[in-house]
Amino acid sequence: MNKISVKISESTLSIDNAYQTILDDSCGGNCLFIGTVRNRNKGEAVTHLDFETYDAMAEKEMTKIAEQCLEKFDITKVAIHHRKGHVGIKDIAVIIAVSSGHRDAAFQACRFAIDTLKDTVPIWKKEHLEDGSYWVGARP
Amino acid sequence: MVIKCFGIARDIFKSDQLILENSDLKTVSDLRSYLNSKNKQLRSITSYLVAVNQEYAEDELLIKESDEIAIIPPVSGG
Repeated sequence: MNKISVKISESTLSIDNAYQTILDDSCGGNCLFIGTVRNRNKGEAVTHLDFETYDAMAEKEMTKIAEQCLEKFDITKVAIHHRKGHVGIKDIAVIIAVSSGHRDAAFQACRFAIDTLKDTVPIWKKEHLEDGSYWVGARP
Repeated sequence: MVIKCFGIARDIFKSDQLILENSDLKTVSDLRSYLNSKNKQLRSITSYLVAVNQEYAEDELLIKESDEIAIIPPVSGG
């Protein structure tokens, strides 16, 4: 049984695809976190994002997070799918999906996975505004 | 020695990789000193990490020609 699904995709992410990878007969609690692109950041109008990824290392780090989820929480399966390239407003940037016997562990693992992904996975977001663009988090 | 550059590091060096000929860099710390001296802009970013063979590396780690080395600026996925 495949407990972990990790993916970096150049094309639109499918919520149903992530969901199907975590469904399990033994599970009654399934938690999905879906991160989408906002049209504003810090008061400025955002037109779109560009995600750059260090694919091989990012997949390794995402797999580590999934393994930690399985170790730390009483869950059954976990999927971590992330976009790369041009991502428009309201488009999906990331999906975390977790299945568990009961909901508590699924919520906790889902939260842990997205929080850790933001800290450790080598993916970079360039925010495009109407009058320029910049790498998020790169300057003091 | 080939150093991969991502995100703002790619913009700073205007290339997705740096090629260091006959480098005598022995550790990650040596590499940082070299990069910081080579390009002042790199010092203006909040911080950066170095990955060796697709793993985050401590400053003391020894590096060799055949390693896959990358500059990792602050990540911002999700």
